[in-house]
Amino acid sequence: MHKIWQEQELSRMVEGGVPFPMVSDPGGRIGAAYGVYDEAAGVDIRGRFIIDPDFVIRAMEVLTPEVGRNPEELIRQLRAFQHVRATGEVTPSGWQPGQTTLKPGPALVGRVWEVWKP
Amino acid sequence: MAKEQNGCVKPARGPILPAERTGRQGETSREEAVVVGARVGREAVDFEAHAYIRGEGFKTIKLSDYRGKWIVLCFYPGDFTFV
Repeated sequence: MHKIWQEQELSRMVEGGVPFPMVSDPGGRIGAAYGVYDEAAGVDIRGRFIIDPDFVIRAMEVLTPEVGRNPEELIRQLRAFQHVRATGEVTPSGWQPGQTTLKPGPALVGRVWEVWKP
Repeated sequence: MAKEQNGCVKPARGPILPAERTGRQGETSREEAVVVGARVGREAVDFEAHAYIRGEGFKTIKLSDYRGKWIVLCFYPGDFTFV
């Protein structure tokens, strides 16, 4: 089924087809372990997880099937988590690469308004 | 491109519980594993599943095969739907 989808449709949307593994979850056991299996419909709903190199889940987003996801927000979160991991800084809301980050600590308490002017 | 293989000859194990992974005694049921589930800040639940990989064909993979990299794990209701 994945192979047919790749060949019939995805390869017409992404040159060569999607480059990452497409996994099947018959019976929804993996989805159930991740809290995204809908027993009534018998399908995994739209769940998305960012897992860091230490195998720790950093972010999750779960939607019912009618609404599609926003890949730009996924990439923004991924870049932010990578920045945090590399620097120990934290990124305020809506942060984009290159923008001001915050250095957490007692000195910052009550002073975010001075440091961060979006 | 190398010829694609079909390696899905035996059933995949699905979720792999920590107890199973370390070979520790004392049974943890599948139901308990579901309760433990996925949480941010906690280790991801490992699993084994059949995958179709472009250029490689069908093979059995584990999520932990990708340990050490940034992973985006996406679930979707079915092929031929939007994501």
